[in-house]
Amino acid sequence: MIELRDVYKTFTRKEVKIEALKGISLKVEKGDIFGVIGYSGAGKSTLIRLVNYLERPSEGQVLVEGHDLGAYSDKELRAAKKNIGMIFQHFNLLESKKVFDNVAIPLVLLKKNKAEIRKRVQELLEFVGLSDKAGSYPSELSGGQKQRVGIARALASNPSILLCDEATSALDPQTTRSILQLLKRINAEYNITVMIITHEMSVIQEICNKVAVMEEGRIIEQGSVLDVFGQPKHETTQNFVKTVIQNSMTTSVRRTLKAEHGSQLYKLNFAGESASEPVLYEIIRSYGVKVNILFANTTEIQETTLGTIIVQLQGDPSQIEAALDYMNKHEVRIEEVKSYVLDINHK
Amino acid sequence: MFSTSITSEQFLKAIIETIQMVGVSLFVGSLLGVPLGILLVITRPGGVLENKGLYTVLNPVINIIRSLPFIILLVAIIPVTRAIVHTSIGTSAAIVPLIIYIAPYIARLVENSLLEVNPGILEAAEAMGATPLQVIWYFLLPEAIGSLILSLTTATIGLIGATAMAGTVGGGGVGDLAIVYGYQRFDKVVMVATVIILIILVQGIQSLGNTLARKIRRY
Ligand SMILES: Nc1ncnc2c1ncn2[C@@H]1O[C@H](COP(=O)(O)OP(=O)(O)OP(=O)(O)O)[C@@H](O)[C@H]1O
Ligand SMILES: [Mg+2]
Repeated sequence: MIELRDVYKTFTRKEVKIEALKGISLKVEKGDIFGVIGYSGAGKSTLIRLVNYLERPSEGQVLVEGHDLGAYSDKELRAAKKNIGMIFQHFNLLESKKVFDNVAIPLVLLKKNKAEIRKRVQELLEFVGLSDKAGSYPSELSGGQKQRVGIARALASNPSILLCDEATSALDPQTTRSILQLLKRINAEYNITVMIITHEMSVIQEICNKVAVMEEGRIIEQGSVLDVFGQPKHETTQNFVKTVIQNSMTTSVRRTLKAEHGSQLYKLNFAGESASEPVLYEIIRSYGVKVNILFANTTEIQETTLGTIIVQLQGDPSQIEAALDYMNKHEVRIEEVKSYVLDINHK
Repeated sequence: MFSTSITSEQFLKAIIETIQMVGVSLFVGSLLGVPLGILLVITRPGGVLENKGLYTVLNPVINIIRSLPFIILLVAIIPVTRAIVHTSIGTSAAIVPLIIYIAPYIARLVENSLLEVNPGILEAAEAMGATPLQVIWYFLLPEAIGSLILSLTTATIGLIGATAMAGTVGGGGVGDLAIVYGYQRFDKVVMVATVIILIILVQGIQSLGNTLARKIRRY
């Protein structure tokens, strides 16, 4: 478990103060895959580096497994770090050492004996699918393979937490996916809490169960990935969600709509169960409302389907009222789409 | 024109003296310079054992010694030399200034080699909870070893040049030969021969260093 309590971090460089974090509070529960997303300079790396005290908070507390890292002596802190694995965007492997020795390093630091090290390293290399590369140098590996070595190294000391700072940002989409699947397996098989920093919403969508969105040193939105994706509140969050889920009408549909004013548009959001019920069919049949579908999309997040439909409803106002009421009861979240919103979005 | 006043025994003796001077001062100079270089890197701001006081003393002291031309250092520290080896002329007298000359030079070269190490690797080391000594031993030095060998090669070549100047205080060696016979007695054969020997020495050491560095840096 990781907990940050009202953490501030200020860097001073050449008399200039940079406030990288301004009052961050968050809680990562055991077994979570917690994603932190934000644009460049938002303070994401600073945040994750606080969790293993590569960076000390200027104010506030960092608690790992219930212990305040600030209360530890240097020695205790080093011991605590062995319980926290970390992987990096640029892998940070020792170029002078073979894959085997890279993975072995944390065990050497723990002064394990040779036989034990050999056994554990082989086990780890097998887990990440690199048994045949034990004798290679990092320079002979692809990016994806290097990150697998990084992961094996991070797991060597049996940590309960794994920190990933942009671990897939240097990789192509397919390799990214395979690394993310590996992280998912680590989380599931070893019950390791994973914290991931990224600027790609697809990474969050693919494996996280919780997400925090950062902007200018603050968390502007956090919660379960399903909630944040389903109802992004902040504009930045909406922009991130847009990169993976298309939830607005295409420009050409908008253009035709602008011509015929007056009719009311609704955005219907379905999640889970409601997405598989024939709600639209019901409102047409029982309430006699005409439904014109202008946009539809479904996405799967956390094994739950999220659906968005934008419809134009035509009919008697009382019928429309009743239809909306019916949908509300069936857990469809309804937003009125105002025509001026269309114009704003149109830019 | 091809007549010369020295024997091949004298020549051989001079070469051996040069190698002795270079060898001893390189050894002792490294013993001082390598730890100094490591100290510079770890105590600098942001280093694994950051120590502002030590760094701000060490850094300029090394600069000051480094800024003295060897020929001046040679003369300037004669009292020190006398105190240590009880003489101010001869091979052993030349070794003292050579060490004082080369140790800070090695320290700087080692510093540069270590600073080349990818900071990400040190960050990984820190994240693993390595102690400062472990960072140096398991991360910093292995990553820099190829570059360190090349640095020591450069230092050795610098030393060969310096030993030639040590000839001026009667330090012996090839440089002494060149000055006493080649320069003062206009013995062209000695002059040319010493130049050739120096070239061979420098070339040999450089290719030895390169080969060694390449062997170690198979990666
Ligand atoms: N060691 C440091 N010294 C001074 N300023 C720093 C330091 N580390 C980070 N900063 C500043 O803190 C702010 C946040 O940086 P941080 O690296 O945490 O951002 P980030 O969200 O990880 O960005 P990116 O996506 O580009 O990696 C930036 O303005 C950065 O310049
Ligand atoms: Mg970053």
